[in-house]
Amino acid sequence: MTLRDDQIERYSRHIILGDVGGKGQEKLLAAKVLIIGAGGLGAPIALYLAAAGVGTLGIVDGDCVDMTNLQRQVIHFTPDIGTPKVTSAFNKIRAINPDVTVHPIHDMVHSANIRDLIRDYDFIVDGTDNFSAKFLINDACVMENKPFSHGGILRFDGQTMTVLPKKSACYRCLFKQPPPKNAVPTCSQAGVLGAVAGMLGTIQAAEVLKYITGVGDLLTNRLQTFNAKSMIFRQVTVKQQSNCPVCSSSPTLTELVDYEGPVCDLRS
Amino acid sequence: MNVTINGQIEQIPSGLTIVGLLAHKSVEMPDMVSVELNGEILDRPAFDTTLVSEGDSLEFLYFMGGGQ
Repeated sequence: MTLRDDQIERYSRHIILGDVGGKGQEKLLAAKVLIIGAGGLGAPIALYLAAAGVGTLGIVDGDCVDMTNLQRQVIHFTPDIGTPKVTSAFNKIRAINPDVTVHPIHDMVHSANIRDLIRDYDFIVDGTDNFSAKFLINDACVMENKPFSHGGILRFDGQTMTVLPKKSACYRCLFKQPPPKNAVPTCSQAGVLGAVAGMLGTIQAAEVLKYITGVGDLLTNRLQTFNAKSMIFRQVTVKQQSNCPVCSSSPTLTELVDYEGPVCDLRS
Repeated sequence: MNVTINGQIEQIPSGLTIVGLLAHKSVEMPDMVSVELNGEILDRPAFDTTLVSEGDSLEFLYFMGGGQ
C-alpha cells in the first residue's frame, strides 16, 4: 500500500510520530477492527479509530438512538434520535474519514452469531453494557484466538484490560462467572458520568492503535482502573489462571453461553 | 494488623476471613467483587475459609458492566 498525497497530509501527525510513521499508518489503513456496542464506549472508540484511518470498522449494535444516550454517546446527535445507532455511527464515520470502510451490523451479539461476526477482524473492542455480552466476547475471542480490549464503566469508575488469548490473562481469569442477577445494580440506579465513557473509550482506542502498529506495551496482564472523583488511576497486575475455565490448557467451558441478566441501560 | 488493600496500607482486626474483611470494609455488594490475594485470584468458595494475614496485599476487583 502506498499512501496518497491527501493521506500523507491527513495522517501527517501519525507519520511524523517516530514509532508510527508511514509504515504504521499503512498498517492502520489495512487493519480491520470490530467494535461491539455503539454507545458510551463505542462512540469515542469509533470516532478515534475512524480519524486515525483504521481501514475497516465493523460496528455491532441492535439499539436505536434515544434521548438518554446523548449525555455521553458523542457519536450520536439530537437529530439521530430513533435512528439505529449503527446507521448514525456509519454516517459520522464516513463524514470524518472517507478512507474508512464501515460495516454497520444492526444486531446484538449472542452465542449463535458472535464467532462468525468476529472471525474476519484483526481486533475486537468490547463497548457493551452488560455482563452477558462481556463474557460472551471474552469466550468467543479466546475460542477464535482474537485479541480484544475489555472495557467497563460504572458511575465514576472505569476499568480496561487488553487480552491476547492464551498469552495473557483473560476476563474470566479475573471474573470466573457473571455476578448473580440480583447483585447487579441497574444503570438507572447507578448512572455514569458522561466523560468517564470518553476517558475509558479513548484508552481502549489507544490500545487498538498500539496493537495494530506494534508500538509500546499493551495493557495485558494489567487491569487499568480509574476513579474520576479522585482522579486516581491504578493498575492491578493479574495473570493467566491455570484453572481458567476458558483460556487454560484444559478448558472446562468449550461452548458459548448466553447468560441472562439485566442490561445496564439508563432506560430500564 | 496491617494489610494493603487496593494499594493503601490499612489497619484491620486480626482473624478475619475474606468474607469478614469484605464486611469489615462495608463492601456493599460482595458478589460484585473478585479478590486477588498476594497476586492470586481467589476462588469464591475460598472467601469463607481464607484468613487474612499480616502484610497481605489484597485487590478488590469490581465488576463493571456498563458501556452504553
